[in-house]
Amino acid sequence: MATKQAVSFKLNGKAVDVVVEPRELLIHTLRERLQHTGPHIGCETTHCGACTVDLDGMSVKSCTVLTVQCQDSEMLTIEGFEQGGALHALQESFHEQHGLQCGFCTPGMITRAYRLLKENPNPSEEEIRYWMAGNLCRCTGYQNIVKAVQHAAKKLAAAAA
Amino acid sequence: MAASTDTLERESKLQGLGSSRLRKEDARFIRGRGTYVDDIKLPGMLFGAMVRSPYAHARIKSIDKSKALAVPGVVAVLTADDLKPVKLHWMPTLGGDVQAVLADKKVCFQMQEVAMVIAGDRYSAADGAELVEVDYEELPAIVDPHKSMTPDAPIIREDIADKDNVGHGPRTHPNHIFTWEAGDKAGVDATFAGAEVTVREEILNPRVHPCPLETCGCVASFDKPTGQLTVYLTSQAPHLVRTVVAMLSGIPESKIRIVGGDIGGGFGNKVPVYPGYVVAIVASIVTGVPIKWIESRIDNISTTGFARDYHGVGELAADKDGRIKALRFTALADHGAFNSHVSATKLPAGLFSICTGSYAIPKAYARVDAVYTNKAPGGVAYRCSLRVTEAVYLIERMIDVLAQKLGLDKAEIRRRNFVKAEQFPYTTALGWTLDSGNYHGALDKVLKAVDYDGLRKEQAEKRARGELMGIGISTFTEIVGAGPTKVCDILGIGLFDSCDIRVNPTGSAIARLGTMSQGQGHATTYAQIIATELGLSSDEIQIEEGDTDKAPYGAGTWGSRSTPVGGAAAAMAARKIRAKAQKIAAHLLEVGEGDLEWEVDRFKVKGNPSQAKTMKDIAMAAHTSNLPDGMEKGLDATEYYDPPNMTFPFGAYVCVVDIDRHTGEPKVRRFYALDDCGTRINPMIIEGQIHGGLTEAFAVAFGQAIPFDENGNHLGNSLMDYFLPTAVETPHWETDHTVTPSPHHPIGAKGVAESPHVGGIPCFSNAVVDAFAHLGVTHMDMPHTSYRVWQQCKALGLNER
Ligand code: FES
Ligand code: FES
Repeated sequence: MATKQAVSFKLNGKAVDVVVEPRELLIHTLRERLQHTGPHIGCETTHCGACTVDLDGMSVKSCTVLTVQCQDSEMLTIEGFEQGGALHALQESFHEQHGLQCGFCTPGMITRAYRLLKENPNPSEEEIRYWMAGNLCRCTGYQNIVKAVQHAAKKLAAAAA
Repeated sequence: MAASTDTLERESKLQGLGSSRLRKEDARFIRGRGTYVDDIKLPGMLFGAMVRSPYAHARIKSIDKSKALAVPGVVAVLTADDLKPVKLHWMPTLGGDVQAVLADKKVCFQMQEVAMVIAGDRYSAADGAELVEVDYEELPAIVDPHKSMTPDAPIIREDIADKDNVGHGPRTHPNHIFTWEAGDKAGVDATFAGAEVTVREEILNPRVHPCPLETCGCVASFDKPTGQLTVYLTSQAPHLVRTVVAMLSGIPESKIRIVGGDIGGGFGNKVPVYPGYVVAIVASIVTGVPIKWIESRIDNISTTGFARDYHGVGELAADKDGRIKALRFTALADHGAFNSHVSATKLPAGLFSICTGSYAIPKAYARVDAVYTNKAPGGVAYRCSLRVTEAVYLIERMIDVLAQKLGLDKAEIRRRNFVKAEQFPYTTALGWTLDSGNYHGALDKVLKAVDYDGLRKEQAEKRARGELMGIGISTFTEIVGAGPTKVCDILGIGLFDSCDIRVNPTGSAIARLGTMSQGQGHATTYAQIIATELGLSSDEIQIEEGDTDKAPYGAGTWGSRSTPVGGAAAAMAARKIRAKAQKIAAHLLEVGEGDLEWEVDRFKVKGNPSQAKTMKDIAMAAHTSNLPDGMEKGLDATEYYDPPNMTFPFGAYVCVVDIDRHTGEPKVRRFYALDDCGTRINPMIIEGQIHGGLTEAFAVAFGQAIPFDENGNHLGNSLMDYFLPTAVETPHWETDHTVTPSPHHPIGAKGVAESPHVGGIPCFSNAVVDAFAHLGVTHMDMPHTSYRVWQQCKALGLNER
């Protein structure tokens, strides 16, 4: 076993310090050490996107990131979306548009959609489908997820106006 | 009427039956606060990792644990020899067979469970699992079920080699599991012999996997001082699991608590009891601390809950106008190395006998031969009731084959054979009584909506230009809601379901059911049923399922049985409460019960509507001394509902597919799905279920298959190879409905979530084959990947530029 390393980063705005083996995956650090069980494990092979978190302004699959790579980074997970008791527009929209069923993909979906809307605030259906293709859902058939993202885009635009 | 505005307003406030009420369960999921099994963390918990066989068939000569035990953090390594003293190295399956919990002297499929390493965290458990040294002696493997029963076939199950029966009648070969038959064989043979036209086709439903996004897993926690066993488990049927665990372990069932928690999708994968669960339970009993075992995705696809692997032969006999006179369907079923196929005891081939579909076919015969192979055991019903997809696929494909043979239109041949609306209830040649339907109405509505004639015209023009366009139709009848306990039991337990409702003094209520949501939204929809029955707001009705210490006994959620059985139990329990409430209201209003009528949320005195008691008033009164003489306090009821019949949802689907003849790429241009699931509880949720079911049907039709090489090695068991459609491939779905209530269900509902899967798969296949129909192609096996479709193009010389 290699010696453990100390890693510090910002998780949903709060500074955290962990001591991990170099091989430890970020998803395990989040879920097992930091009690952030929102991001889920659906494959551990970078296919399903259930583990998606936002790392320094990029969507990443945290099952394929080593925690030691995250020194000094800023991270957003589903747990960081609700601010001051108010849900994020994406959270509201997934609910209102029935964009989830079992809910297992939902934290990853919302986190991915967050970055999508940052980069493309008014995406077409086709763009949403392409930009969300790294996140699998077995329940919804995606149609209502697309609607939810479009709905959130409108809400965010209205709020910004 | 003046009263009606007020009544309607009160009714809509309840958000009961028919309302697209938003889901109650979303609040935790959108915050990342669900409690799935891998989120459970108990003090002192250890982690189990499975050691699995690299061979499909081999003898185990020895197992050396020493290197694994030397890994820091590893606490124990369990093998079959360690489970033997507690007699838990084998377990009964839901198919009437036994299955090795950990391989006992030999392995019978690749990735079979051989040992479990228990360690402080998942990393050291995985390290330990790498270092368990197993010495194997490889044996020849059987992969093709057609070769299972040859005279020189290697014997897969030496443990039962001398048994002439494994629960479902006589066996004719050591690799034979059962032969099941139904119908009038001689009559069918005679009809075929004299028929004007017959068609025959070999039709495969390949081995696939339901692959929910969350894999299977558990946390087993045995408390030595109290002897209490708690298991957090990804289970669609927690109560059945509790019973199996009690039978296995000898622990009194009252000391076993199974907690379902939140389930990340099931689709059939989470019905059986898997070896990992049993080893985790034993490990917890041995170590005295909680043990977590979670499958990896590769483990999930390789070992737990495959579906299908049905090698069918369909035959129809008809007159020259296309009226079907007889049906003969047979199938060779590959059950893998252990018969852990989930089936009702008396129905080893499940509900395959629904294979007469939506058609009035006077004579039918069906037969299924099930065999062992060196593949993972199972199977389960992947988003369908037991063997219903296989049955519906056969009939919906075969009717197209017959149409092509006769040069008839594929919609017209269906119309000529449909059971007519006035014939319901209609008893099929294989003995099912279809409860209600309007097949002509459904098909006509869909054909009009898609402009079917226009599509056929467009297709003719394209064919003239050498382009490939296919139109698929599927007019399926499903059979769901297992089921009447006279026909349906598992391990002797009838497949009834239950609901227990308690109304609180202030008029809110809690209801607990024996079913188990895995995304279907039960917390929302059951509350709607009860809201309408009791006149209480659905927002004040709490639903609980999945914790066997709290919920009444039930067989769980699979086979679309929640609405037909659990939903019926909810309505009936609520009606018991309303009957008592009526007595209380009569007492409070000092009138006879017969003088009262029910209106939305209250009993009012006939002819004097200002004299009324709301359900809320009555709930409070039920907890006071002001009750009729001798009446018990409280406003509670429990119902164990044994359905009188299955329900038979149906639908009419049309799919339009364009195929690139140079690359073989099939593109679904349009998919129109009309479903009739009887009374609709929540249209929003129904639509969501249909989107999901169609997407899983699309996955099966266009990409899913679990391939093996001739030695039984998996050739595709990760998400790299196994097709789960992304948002990009998934077509846009158009949905529609008709409403033909079930006459025997308390609220007329039939169940819906499986219909789109069952009806969708043949619709896609029919569309793909239809694209080649003018060139004489009558059948193409799934999955219709671009490569396989391109091979068809190439065989016909269509790919040339
Ligand atoms: S768990 Fe990370 S992509 Fe699937
Ligand atoms: S809601 Fe179940 S996987 Fe997406």
